[in-house]
Amino acid sequence: MRSLDLSWRFFKVWRRNLIVYRRIWKVNFLVPLLEPLFYLAAFGVGLSGLIGEVLHAGEEMSYIRFIAPALLATAIMFNAFFETTYASFVRMYYQKTFDAMLATPLSLNEVITAEIVWGATKSMLAAAIILLVITTLGLVNSPLALLVIPLAFLGGLAFGSAGMFFTGITPSIDMFNLPIFLFVTPLFLFSGTFFPVSGLPLWGQTLALISPLYHLVELTRWLILGKMEAHPLLSLGYLTGFALVFYFMSLKTMQRRLIK
Amino acid sequence: MAKVNPIIEAVEVTKKFGTFTAVDKVSLAVNQGEFFGVLGPNGAGKTSIIRMMYGFSPLSAGVMKVFGLDISTGWREIRGQIGVCQQDNTLDPDLSVEKNLLVFAGYYRLAQSVAALRTRELLNFFALNHRRLAQVSQLSGGMARRLMLARSLINDPRLVILDEPTTGLDPQSRHQVWEKLRELRSRGLTMVLTTHYMEEAAHLCDRLIIMDRGRILVEGSPDQLISAYAGKSIIEVETPRPELVAFVKQQQVRHEELANRLIIYTAENDQLGRVIRERFCPEKCIFRSGTLEDVFLHLTGRELRE
Repeated sequence: MRSLDLSWRFFKVWRRNLIVYRRIWKVNFLVPLLEPLFYLAAFGVGLSGLIGEVLHAGEEMSYIRFIAPALLATAIMFNAFFETTYASFVRMYYQKTFDAMLATPLSLNEVITAEIVWGATKSMLAAAIILLVITTLGLVNSPLALLVIPLAFLGGLAFGSAGMFFTGITPSIDMFNLPIFLFVTPLFLFSGTFFPVSGLPLWGQTLALISPLYHLVELTRWLILGKMEAHPLLSLGYLTGFALVFYFMSLKTMQRRLIK
Repeated sequence: MAKVNPIIEAVEVTKKFGTFTAVDKVSLAVNQGEFFGVLGPNGAGKTSIIRMMYGFSPLSAGVMKVFGLDISTGWREIRGQIGVCQQDNTLDPDLSVEKNLLVFAGYYRLAQSVAALRTRELLNFFALNHRRLAQVSQLSGGMARRLMLARSLINDPRLVILDEPTTGLDPQSRHQVWEKLRELRSRGLTMVLTTHYMEEAAHLCDRLIIMDRGRILVEGSPDQLISAYAGKSIIEVETPRPELVAFVKQQQVRHEELANRLIIYTAENDQLGRVIRERFCPEKCIFRSGTLEDVFLHLTGRELRE
């Protein structure tokens, strides 16, 4: 068995991504700043008149209050997943950045780990900005909501690892449509984001339990609103397990892809 | 003569991709301060062997030692002391010229002050200082290649591996790169070079191997190889008369018959050369000295490798 060849040197690759990110940080900040505002305006203001109150975990609340934490959670997913799919693929395949790194004392596992951790960092930054936005709008109940930031890091690791796994197996960049259509979009729609899972038939509720985004959404609601449907430890455990499984699977697929 | 430990020592190194053997039990040694060339047609196994030298590709069999360390276990220490200039442009297009060097220095854990100093020196050495804030995409081919070379030297390596460093460059840029490489050689840096340009290998290499189909065909200095396999003097005749062909065959002179050309290999001050010149060469005869290209084509054949 080969060792994992993992050291803190991966931080140098993470730093490389940070330097690039900072170059256009204003643009990078704009998306998480404006996107939730668009969604809240469309769904929260536009749609809530039709919907009225929503019952979540035994509590009645306005629709906008219900979806605000979910929008934050989906941003965590999208930021990490898109970073380790499209952005990592461009660096790996078109820019050959990984090839250059692999001529230095960096191991492939360190490069991949850095990419995933960077994805999680972007999730964290997006979460912080969105949290600021929804706090300003009065949609946050508790100061515990600050814990959303470390939660975003965990969620980012989970979805970043999943993205990197797909990067390891996708033949070309266009093929990312497939995991987005079959994985990300269903998660986005059916993870208790736009309607409470408790409103689904039993099979739907069971299915939602498998969704990592469901657990992330509920944990985010718990921190922002004070209540969640599932048990926090169960959700945390599931997210952590999901992250670990996909992290090791992504290392494996990337080894197979790049070490020749 | 005392036995000096080689910088690179490969013993029966083999690389297989599935059932295809790219490198087949190759053994070689590169000594301290040597400029070592690896030549061969496409698919000969040059890049495969180079990639095993810096631990990019794992070996299928055999042992590869660099600085006396086994690459499979000591890869991190080895890579810390070598520089690699890859065949593809692997510069970071998201970073400026200067940042390319500074960020790369971080991968070697160079202290920031050392990295800044090395970056300044290298930008000056490769005449890139005036473009240090430019984006990589704005560089010409020659500049990008020089930046690749500069980057491969950022960690002050003991060994530099150059995989086709001048492919695709115009003659001016190529000569500039050669000049820099010769200057580095004079400082005692050990270098390994792969190239398709025989002129380049003859110019730069102290010693070289010619590979084909994963094996080493010959090894020696450019001069040794030329006198052993091409001869000092060569006569090329365009659309040769049948009498000349017959004469060459009858005299058993080493020659090659191509579609419209006859190449005759003769020794220096050869009686035969003069005879051919006087009897058969009223026109369209080229007399020239043997080159590495003759050696290469003689050993690896003329059919296309695609």
